[in-house]
Parts: sequence; C-alpha cells; structure tokens
Amino acid sequence: MSEKLIEIVAEKFPDAVLDSHSRLGNDTVLLDRDALADVVGFLRDDETTKMNLLRDLTAVDYLHRAPRFEVVYVLYSLEFKHQLLVRVPLEEDDVNLPSISHLYGCAAWLEREVYDMYGMIFDDHPDLRRVLMYEEFDGYPLRKDYHIQHSQPRTELLARERDSVEEFNTYVKHEPAAGSRDQ
Amino acid sequence: MAQDILDQIDQDIHTEPMILQMGPSHPATHGTVRFTLTLDGETVLKCDTDVGYLHRGFEKESENSTWTQVFPYTDRLNYVSPLLNNFGYALAVEKLLQIQAPERCDYIRTIMGEVSRLSDHLTCVGAGALELGAMTAFLYAIEGRELLWDLVEEMTGARLTVSYGRIGGLKDDLTDDFAERWGHVRSRLFELHAEVDRLLTRNRIFMDRMQSTGVITPEAAVSYGYTGVCLRSTGVDYDVRKDKPYFMYDRVDFEVPVGSTGDNFDRYLCRMAEILQSIRIIDQCLEQIEPGPVNSDDPRVVLPEKEKVYNTIESMIAHFKLIFEGIQVPPGEIYSYTEAGNGELGYYIVSNGTGKPWKIHVRSPSFIMMGGIHKLFEGGLLADIIPTFDTINMIGGECDR
Repeated sequence: MSEKLIEIVAEKFPDAVLDSHSRLGNDTVLLDRDALADVVGFLRDDETTKMNLLRDLTAVDYLHRAPRFEVVYVLYSLEFKHQLLVRVPLEEDDVNLPSISHLYGCAAWLEREVYDMYGMIFDDHPDLRRVLMYEEFDGYPLRKDYHIQHSQPRTELLARERDSVEEFNTYVKHEPAAGSRDQ
Repeated sequence: MAQDILDQIDQDIHTEPMILQMGPSHPATHGTVRFTLTLDGETVLKCDTDVGYLHRGFEKESENSTWTQVFPYTDRLNYVSPLLNNFGYALAVEKLLQIQAPERCDYIRTIMGEVSRLSDHLTCVGAGALELGAMTAFLYAIEGRELLWDLVEEMTGARLTVSYGRIGGLKDDLTDDFAERWGHVRSRLFELHAEVDRLLTRNRIFMDRMQSTGVITPEAAVSYGYTGVCLRSTGVDYDVRKDKPYFMYDRVDFEVPVGSTGDNFDRYLCRMAEILQSIRIIDQCLEQIEPGPVNSDDPRVVLPEKEKVYNTIESMIAHFKLIFEGIQVPPGEIYSYTEAGNGELGYYIVSNGTGKPWKIHVRSPSFIMMGGIHKLFEGGLLADIIPTFDTINMIGGECDR
C-alpha cells in the first residue's frame, strides 16, 4: 500500500522528487522545495491518498553536510491508514520554503516552532513569530552550532508595548487576520 | 421629557473590545500558559496562545546525552503518565536498532502503560471537576490516582519520575505480588469510578458548564492535528492502539469510546469510558502473561549481569562501553508513534551511528493541541475557558523543547 504512495508522487510530480526510500517501514520522499505546497496539497485532496492529518513537522540540522538542513513533514491518512514522510533539503544560506499553513490548521503553529528553533523562513506564513522563546532572543537554539552552554546577554526589551489596547489597534484592528484567527 | 432620557439610553453605546491577559500563572490553568484574550463583553473574540514558559530544552539536552540517558528526560514530558513516554521512546529506538523486546516485556509495558493512562484520565477528570467547584469528585479521583501511583512506586521505585523503560527491555520485572495488589486496586477503582460518575455525569451544574462548550467539528479537529480523546470526542474513530497495534494491544479485547458532539461533556464521557477499558486491558494482560525474560538478549543494548561484570573481563568491558559510549544505534531516521494519555505521542529520531542521538523530536499531543485551542475558545464565553482548558488536558511539560 504504502510503496504505492511513493509511486503516486513520483508519477504525478516527476521533476519534484529528488529521492525516495522506505527504510525501516517509513516511506519517504525527498522533494524540491518549490513543489512542496503543490505535492502536499495534492496528497491531501486526492481521492487515492486523502492524507488529512499532518502528524508532525520538524527540521533536522545535519551540520557539515550539504545541503545542511532538512524540513520533515509526516503526513497520515485517517481513512487509508498510510503514512508518508516528506523531506525537503535546504541549503545553509537559503532557508526559505513555502508555507503549507493554508492546507492544515496545525501547520502554522508547527512552522512557527521550526522558525523559532531552526530559523527557517516560511514564505506566505500568516503570522511567523517565535512560539517558545521570547521575541528578543538572538539565534536559533536547536541549530547544532548553537552551543548548549551558550547564554544570552541581557537584552533591552523591544520598545513597543505588548498585549495592550495600542497593540490591538495597530495589529488586530487593521489586520483582522493577524494572530491566531483563521483566514 | 422622559422620552428624551430613554432615547439617549436606547442609543447604541460605543464599546471597544477589551484585552485581557489570562495567565501565565492563573489558578485555573494548571500549567504555565498565557492567553491574550480580546473580549467583547464576556465573549471571546480572539485568543492568542503563548506557551513555552518551561525552558527545559528537552531536545537540546537529548542531543548531548547517550541513548539511555534520554529516559529521565522523557519522564518529564507528560509527567502525569511518564511510563507511556518511556515506552514510546524505547519502542522508537528499538525500531532503529531493529530488535524486538521479549514477549513478557511487551506485556509489562502494556500493563504499566495502561496504569499510567488510568492515572492521566483520573487526574484530568478530577481536576476538571475541582475547577468547576466539585471538590468531592476531585478527592475520589485523586484517591484512585494515589492507589495507582502506589502500584507504580512498588514497581519502579518512584511515583513520578520513574525512568522505568530501557532500550530492549525494562528496569525490573513485575513484583511477585503485583497481580494481587492490582486486584485490590481494581475493585476500589470500580467503586471510585462509580462514585465520580454518580457525582458528575447527571449533575445539573456540571452538565450546564460542560455541554455545548468548547465545541470543535471533526474536520477542524483533524486539520488542527488533534489526536486522542479530543479527536475521538468529535466522532473520529482514531486510536493508534487499534490502527497500528504495538506491544500487546492486538492480543487484548477492548473498545475505543467515541463521542459525537466534540464538546467538553463528550471529552469527559470518553475519558470516563476509557478508564473502564484500561482496566479491562490490564486484566486480560495479567491473565495472558507468561514467565520469561524481560530484557532482550542482545549484547549491543542490554547491560550484562552484575555477577559477570565483577568476575569476567569481557562483561566488564561490555558494561563499561555501554555506560560510557552508549548504545551504538545504526544511522538512520525513524518516526515512531504510540498512543499516550492525551493523544498520539510521536518520536522523530535521527541517529548518526554513535552513542548519542543526533536529533530527537517529540510530537507531543498537548503542544499541537495548544496550536488550535483558539478554535475552542473563540465565540464562547470567558468562563467556558476553564472547563475547556481542563478537558483538553494540556500538560506543560509536553509544550516545550
């Protein structure tokens, strides 16, 4: 069943698939980042795949390897009970990739985490902010070159007032889609 | 004259939404989480969630520990059911190593996992009742949890931070009198369950607070990555224990309770029903379990017996290497998942072939649910946040990296 998934993707998007394997029972395709949103959207909507659950979204930092980063998507179909891992390699100096937040509700939140921890920039993300660390934090803590003992200097807090009526007026009133609200 | 005054009163008064901070340290939100709420009167217009107040650095610390040293960190993910996290992690590493734990070990993992799940559900039900003012039900639920934690303490030596799992096995076998002790706990649990049920399920105040509050549709729940009880309460029949059985879940007979409306009351009912199912699973496992080894015999992962360590040089070296260099896990990646108390607990693990993991990422159910919790709050009343936040059962330890 699941070998079929790789075939479906390879057949439909021959140019986008860089590599594929099913080691340890985890079917995986490596995708070109430009085709990511199309492929994931296809996998979600197609009648033969119906991968409606985005299980997980994370990134891996393979230091001293080119391309250095990989963003990993774990897709699952509740109906057919098959799973596909989609991995997108990224170069160190170009960490932009398309957002899939319009396809899955939880993607926006998970992309924020990957941005927070690894510094990936998700294009067209509705609200790309740090999710665990504070706004003034410098660097990306889960990158391998961020040393575990590294400490942050005391920083001045950003000048603007947060979570106030002024912020409401600036950020919410004029942009109703900002924040967590759906499009 | 009188009409003039009334006209003024009838005019629509200009109002502005109010911003209200709820948390990070709020008596009714167990766990440090902050909601920035935009309120129109008492109605929540918008909710912005802020997690991440517990900076423990689970992933970073794991990358700097040996594979075995990660166990204590997994205890602290969902600290109400630490055993489930232990076993989920052990299963993931075993898949990477391509080894199979012995049958008895899998039975014990199933049993102890369900004991943990029981304590998780009882805590959630009890705390939820407490936050709505039902102190009595809380005391009954917590008595049940105490009994279970006594069992856990007897088995593992600790109540909360158990570190009981090992790669390829367990720290210890079941104690000799486990079945007998479970018999006592079991009969008391049925009494407590019935008591809580009698106090809450048909309680008018409780029902008014829980029914039709915090509603989510099945489509939204799937889209926002909800799993576990929160997804099943909407009517989606998804349980990892049934969909892709691991351990001994394919050898026991149990049902997965499914709700229909996806509101707080359904989540409560699902948890109460799952308590009974977990007891059933433990009973069947204790009937089926056979004597045998609890640890794999693979010398790559399991420490040699102490007697050999002190008497033969080979075992001494093996012991030394396993402790200092760690288990050598072959290079590769794996996504492995199990059903934890709150939902699907997944581990994405990358190994580069050394004694330390290159990366361990946890797909923690609570963290992902916090990403979609505004869907449950927005449009509801401020007071509904209290029961909704409880039935979601966020555990702060999971919402962290």
